[in-house]
Amino acid sequence: MTQPLLSVRNLSTRFRTERGTVRAVDSVSFDVAAGETLAIVGESGSGKSVTALSILRLIPDPPGKIETGEILFDGQDLLKLDDAGIRAIRGNRIAMIFQEPMSSLNPALTVGMQVGEPINLHRRSPWAAALDKAAELLGKVRISDGKSRLNSYPHQYSGGMRQRVMIAMALACQPQLIIADEPTTALDVTVQAQILALLKELTREANSAMILITHDLGVVARYADRVVVMYGGRIVETATARELYKSPRHPYTLGLMASVPRLDGDTERPLVPIDGQPPDLATLPPGCAFAPRCRQATDRCHSERPPLVESVPHHFSACFFHDRLAA
Amino acid sequence: MTDSLPETVLRVEDLKVHFPITSGVIVRRQVGTVKAVDGVSFAVGRGETLGLVGESGCGKSTTGLAVLRMLDITSGKVEFEGEDISSFDRARMRPIRRKMQMVYQDPYGSLNPRMKVADIVGEPLVVHGMADDQDKYRARVAELLKMVGLLPDMAERYPHEFSGGQRQRIGIARALALEPKLLICDEPVSALDVSIQAQVVNLFMELQERLDLTYIFIAHDLSVVRHISDRIAVMYLGRIVEVATRDQLYKNPLHPYTQALLAAVPIADPELEAARGQQIISGEIPSAMRPPPGCRFHTRCPKVMEVCKSLDPPMRTLDDGRAVACHLHGA
Repeated sequence: MTQPLLSVRNLSTRFRTERGTVRAVDSVSFDVAAGETLAIVGESGSGKSVTALSILRLIPDPPGKIETGEILFDGQDLLKLDDAGIRAIRGNRIAMIFQEPMSSLNPALTVGMQVGEPINLHRRSPWAAALDKAAELLGKVRISDGKSRLNSYPHQYSGGMRQRVMIAMALACQPQLIIADEPTTALDVTVQAQILALLKELTREANSAMILITHDLGVVARYADRVVVMYGGRIVETATARELYKSPRHPYTLGLMASVPRLDGDTERPLVPIDGQPPDLATLPPGCAFAPRCRQATDRCHSERPPLVESVPHHFSACFFHDRLAA
Repeated sequence: MTDSLPETVLRVEDLKVHFPITSGVIVRRQVGTVKAVDGVSFAVGRGETLGLVGESGCGKSTTGLAVLRMLDITSGKVEFEGEDISSFDRARMRPIRRKMQMVYQDPYGSLNPRMKVADIVGEPLVVHGMADDQDKYRARVAELLKMVGLLPDMAERYPHEFSGGQRQRIGIARALALEPKLLICDEPVSALDVSIQAQVVNLFMELQERLDLTYIFIAHDLSVVRHISDRIAVMYLGRIVEVATRDQLYKNPLHPYTQALLAAVPIADPELEAARGQQIISGEIPSAMRPPPGCRFHTRCPKVMEVCKSLDPPMRTLDDGRAVACHLHGA
């Protein structure tokens, strides 16, 4: 196997809060190959966004801190870089797209300035050339009349258009990896489909890898090659998308699939909810974080933390009973 | 559903809600109109769930608020249990409000953080003068909490002590306090975590059966709407473009917009998704200040014809009982 583009090894990120130290990401390891789309799925508090922010070292410190781990990008540990080193990576070789485009764009700068900035900064292009390139990028994300649009401000754009601007910014320096954190959650369903299809098409064209962070199992099924499922700050399951949906090997994944109505589901069958609520990271149980909500949990699950093991080749599960769960 | 027509609880005819846009600091003058709801008609039968779907700005929430008369109606008729309430004043609306209640989207913003759960749930009883007997009042609050799956001892706590799903249960208990006939639920599960949504959806369905409730379920999540609704009305830019039973609509959508909406929803099955052709429509919903002439969807419609650009298609009822506003159907 060739070396992965990104290799996250044993990453732990903690936050100091009024209620004590919270480990938002706990010993997380995964790889992303060049050109592939990896989805990280989880609910609020699962640690999926903190994982993404940790990769680019965007965790506010204090209160946050990356405790341990390695983030190997093209063989280089991002955690060992100095500030200038990580800045040379951000927006250049790894770009990020956030959920809320309005709060991620600067309301006081024109769209052209913002899309052109990474080109000016990382490629050392003069401004005139950077703006030409920006206009070209706006065309790529299907914003018509890009040249005259350069002078408008974010508030003059709709939500979908702003997210296109974010994508144009992310693509500006042809990054090897794009991290998209719930990029379409705030958008309408037809616009969501447009944006995700565009993102997929452009990343494929540029042979960029993508980490897609989402809570939507449908979005994962449509766009991801591989999936990491997170719960309570840990990875509970990871496999290729096809394998994961066909034979999930963790009760949380199984539970999610049974609780979400599908467009093609049997409407006579009631939804089977997962009991209880997502865990509070400040008071995680000593054993499996999902045990309090798990119908199959035994005494062992409540006291001992199940390790992430390879259940079948390339399919990992952090459940003591992974063998018995497969359909 | 259609074989034995249930008694109609709510009938809305040609409802219009327009908002004026004004400009000027000293002399205010109207410079435009947002036609948020622009000629909407539908009926809901007793015990039925009507799903109201569409993208943001289509007028689905405004329709809900106008039915409750929480917004001024520009024109049209709202008939509740056979009575035209569209011109009722506040005093005459009071007894009607007991029978129609709203469940809101945001369980964080819709509960007063300084009130105890018991007071939040019991407030409607106080407002409507049904809290004179303290013992009865307390018993009713306890009963309401139990009905939505909360424990009686939670009554003395404050909203911040509860999770999103529990808060939504509190909102539902409050809405049920006056024994309403009709609940208008505006995106009641979309703010909740995925694993919690099913709990609340199931609760809505149980309560409907137990209390013979009628629902208008406003949502943008087409999978959730499909699960809970008997019939569905699809809205676009202030209009209903298609109304049909659940099976009709999801198995064989007729309006190109309904087709586009359904095609846009990804299904949680990678193999199915790979096989499914994706027809994604372009563009975004136009401004309700200047809706396009003719059919309002024509600027985005993949099947647009010449006639669509100038002639607004009327709503036509087809042989199988469904209704659609499109020049391709029923002309």
